[in-house]
Amino acid sequence: MRTLPFFLISLVVGAAVFGAAVGIGNEYAFFAGYVVLQYIVLSTAWNILGGYCGYVNFGTAAFFAMGAYSTVAIYKFIADHDLYRMPMPVLVLIGGAVSAVVGFGMGYLTLRLRGAFFAIATLALAVVLQTLVVNWDYVGGSRGAYIIRPETFPLIGSYIRYLFLIMLLLAIAALTIARLIERSRLGFGFATIRDDELAAEASGVPTLRLKLIATTISGALMGMAGAPYPYYIGYLQPDSTFGLDYAVNSIAMPLIGGTTSWLGPLIGAVLLGSLQQLATVTISSAVNLLIVGCLLVAFVIIAPNGIIGLVHKYIQRKDDDFIGRRHVGLDAPAAPPEPAPSATADNPP
Amino acid sequence: MTGLLEVDKLSKRFGGFVALDGISLSVPAGERLGLIGPNGSGKSTLVNCICGTLRNEEGSVRFDGRPIDGLPAHRRTHIGLARSFQLPRPFVSLSLLDNVRIPLLYTVEARAHHSAQHIDELCHGLLREVGLADKARRLPRDLTQVEMRKLELARAMAAEPKLLIADEAMAGLTHSEIEDILTLLVRLNEQGVTVILIEHIMSAVMSFSRRLVVLVSGRKIADGPPEAVMRDPEVERAYLGQ
Repeated sequence: MRTLPFFLISLVVGAAVFGAAVGIGNEYAFFAGYVVLQYIVLSTAWNILGGYCGYVNFGTAAFFAMGAYSTVAIYKFIADHDLYRMPMPVLVLIGGAVSAVVGFGMGYLTLRLRGAFFAIATLALAVVLQTLVVNWDYVGGSRGAYIIRPETFPLIGSYIRYLFLIMLLLAIAALTIARLIERSRLGFGFATIRDDELAAEASGVPTLRLKLIATTISGALMGMAGAPYPYYIGYLQPDSTFGLDYAVNSIAMPLIGGTTSWLGPLIGAVLLGSLQQLATVTISSAVNLLIVGCLLVAFVIIAPNGIIGLVHKYIQRKDDDFIGRRHVGLDAPAAPPEPAPSATADNPP
Repeated sequence: MTGLLEVDKLSKRFGGFVALDGISLSVPAGERLGLIGPNGSGKSTLVNCICGTLRNEEGSVRFDGRPIDGLPAHRRTHIGLARSFQLPRPFVSLSLLDNVRIPLLYTVEARAHHSAQHIDELCHGLLREVGLADKARRLPRDLTQVEMRKLELARAMAAEPKLLIADEAMAGLTHSEIEDILTLLVRLNEQGVTVILIEHIMSAVMSFSRRLVVLVSGRKIADGPPEAVMRDPEVERAYLGQ
């Protein structure tokens, strides 16, 4: 399927989701749905760097917060200077641009780091940025900042519906971008970075440039997801905005869904995000991290390649069975001996 | 006369250890060069310096008439310098087809636009050439050792190189498997690709090379026609001891 049809179909699906949320007839559906959609964007963005390139980013919260705080800064500036309020899509673009710059910077500074060292560097980045924000009085510092959410939005109704719609479009955009990357030259290049950077360079892949592209796109999408957040929450406070929840969730969701395809983060975010929303309403929000932990342990044991990987394995086993039967014939039920496993069989990606 | 590859007084040190000591080497286009030497003599280091995986401290490398010092490895692949790795390094999460598709997308496609269908045909053609066509959709982990080396060669060939450096492409293979790979390299050479073969298996080197270079502890001690080089007393001493 080409990108345009995919985009149009996801728009239709998005419209259906919005219709369903309206159909529930309870504004809370939008509040809960917003968070799930936000996690679709965040985990898709994480997966572009973490899943496609194999660079684990623990700094999701930092990129998210950069988007959120750029909105706060603009909000303050407009309030101080008595200017017109900026439309939300513009704020989203600005938040995305700010986080894209941060992403590019992070990529540039950590180019030579791999594996655990890269992960620790991203965690450090989050701490540094949080310290900066805490000490930046203009956006509220450690006291936090209040944003007054407008009551309604023309044509759509309540403002939360509007925010929900924005996040829905962002999720569609993020998924389309991720899918586009996957099927392009860029996606193949990302996969070679994940597998073997030395061999990638020898095959003509400019690995440094591709890594910068990945950190920039990934950062931009996270910032876009963060930009509407101050309007959603009403009171933005550094501790929660830079919270570890974002980092943990945006890693756990792709891992549960499957990291090799755009579908993985979507499945993981919908599954885990909905479960968390359900737990928040029925039990308490504190149980969320417990759910994440238990699911992660379960998936590492049962399906290390996520739900997508599990399905693939199932399909492949059926294929192999079929081939095996054909080779051996019906009267010899035993499968032919496996060829000697190669050296790399011990190092799955 | 300038060759396709000109290595001039190349030196490489790892701390206090001198891995390469003033290596000069000229490889004219179309050559079939064998590069031999005992373990640890610097063969792979030389390849890594030529291909940009390592940076040499001294000396210079010219390829196709231009200096390539400081050029990152992917740029060198782009201008026609391809190598296979001593230990096969396939892209483990990609099918064989996609493994050879990578160099095509990043070098051949970047030089001149091709349709996706044409690229696909080229991929299948390359795998056919090395005898892996029926495993095109398989992952590298399904391959045997010899198939893995063939894949490694196919991937190096996919970049449409002017110079191919095969770093111990035959270690651990049986006679008939060695024949397979030699045939492949000779055919490639006949198509106009310059080949440098690094190898321990002397029968393979002797049958393939038109010229032989011997490295011993980072220095070039012999360079010339294979028979003459093998009779060289210094080479004999390096291999057999005194």
